[in-house]
Amino acid sequence: MNDSSDINKSRREILKAGALSAGAAAVPALAATPAHGAGPAAPVLGKVSITVNGARHQLELDTRTTLLDVLREHLHLTGTKKGCDHGQCGACTIMLDGRRINSCLTLAVMHDGAAITTIEGLGTPRTLHPMQAAFISHDSYQCGYCTPGQICSAVAVLDEIKQGIPSHVSPSLTERPLLSVEEIRERMSGNLCRCGAYSNIVDAIVDVAGGAA
Amino acid sequence: MRVFTYERAASPAEAAAAAQRTPGARFIAGGTNLLDLMKLEIETPTHLIDVNGLALDKIEALPGGGLRIGALVRNTDLAADQRVRHDYGVLSRALLAGASAQLRNKATTAGNLLQRTRCAYFYDTNQPCNKRMPGSGCSAIGGFSRQHAVIGASEACIATHPSDMAVAMRLLDAGVETVRAGGATRVIPIADFHRLPGDTPHLDTVLAPGELITAVTLPPPLGGTHFYRKVRDRASYAFALVSVAAVIRPDGSGRVALGGVAHKPWRAEAAEARLPSGAKAVIGQLLAGAQPTEENAFTITLAERTLAAILADQERIKR
Repeated sequence: MNDSSDINKSRREILKAGALSAGAAAVPALAATPAHGAGPAAPVLGKVSITVNGARHQLELDTRTTLLDVLREHLHLTGTKKGCDHGQCGACTIMLDGRRINSCLTLAVMHDGAAITTIEGLGTPRTLHPMQAAFISHDSYQCGYCTPGQICSAVAVLDEIKQGIPSHVSPSLTERPLLSVEEIRERMSGNLCRCGAYSNIVDAIVDVAGGAA
Repeated sequence: MRVFTYERAASPAEAAAAAQRTPGARFIAGGTNLLDLMKLEIETPTHLIDVNGLALDKIEALPGGGLRIGALVRNTDLAADQRVRHDYGVLSRALLAGASAQLRNKATTAGNLLQRTRCAYFYDTNQPCNKRMPGSGCSAIGGFSRQHAVIGASEACIATHPSDMAVAMRLLDAGVETVRAGGATRVIPIADFHRLPGDTPHLDTVLAPGELITAVTLPPPLGGTHFYRKVRDRASYAFALVSVAAVIRPDGSGRVALGGVAHKPWRAEAAEARLPSGAKAVIGQLLAGAQPTEENAFTITLAERTLAAILADQERIKR
């Protein structure tokens, strides 16, 4: 008796979990998307001027264009990667006016006059940024797809600690945060690496920080 | 993403006026939640009003104590502000427990309050959802409900509010300052700002159409020891299974608010009065009348144990 009820229960659990994935159930037509009346029929263009890695660009863009798509598709700076395109993986991390952001979750037209630094602006193959060199010497990647985002984030992490910005793991809010492996791991949590190079990424960051951790 | 027109607002009142006269208009600030939902066509604005140029990015001291936090103050800046770190530690801790550094650098104070739920069925446009499509039904009821509301839910919706910051704001009795199209302003107590789902779960807050948040105010500091303890499936960068915000005074009195359990931050002053009797008494009263599902009943025990851990920390600090 008990056995059979357990079997039924686990089958129900499996069905419920399955319903969360796309395409599992019949699709009620009305459930798809709300309609807020008719929007514009054709793409709308907007003008924006941005400076990327020191070079100024005047652009006229579909208002829907994300900063990430401007960098990759319009300016052909393909170092910045599109991973999830929903702000979950960090592959698109860039510096916007000196702060790291997910470039996939912001519109280009919102950034008139902004200064952007991408992985291409941090260093060049001949003159690597110290963080780029450390990622190479510590073997901090496998497939490399998340690496530009990881490096941009890593540079920002050291800057944020220097500025005294606290983190979730900082023991005190009123004292300056210290550089530690725990702090680095927490502050890098917005950058996912499916190859699992995390421990070598932390080593590279510790190395650039002067081995203080 | 659907096509939309775009404008940069010149003043808060003009932004509110533009939002009221343009059907399908939405404000955009950080954009970290809205753009995500627009890509999925869960949000389909026909017009975006960019409010980033409005000078609402300052944190000012209020006469008589307290702070006025501009609507556009980024989550990173609010968490790192020395006055907040010193006098409103629970707010810094809550902010730092949420999202990633990249998102906190963009996300704003007002936008954080206006986050939509993370209910998986709200995100899955193949499924009915009363919050996304009023009248279509609730897939979470009878579905996989591990991260859904245990209290305050309705037969139309069992979604939770995802914000950590809002839980701290509720604990601190913040006020939400707004402006409407005619220029009229008001302050909405945070306790009344977020709605319970009832039979209109598509409405998350009491904001009128076109009403723009301009600031969030904090009353004078409470003193006491501030805690924000968040329990989640990963150590970082995940939404709460349950979170407990608390301020505990040396005499054992204090305040308690919960996140992850309801459609809004969950706090009851009568439950806090039982703090001297311990965590079980407080949570028992705070979550009295809870109607958990088989899958999320554990969050009640988890809330109790999380508060017990806070009270144990407080004892350690006192010694």
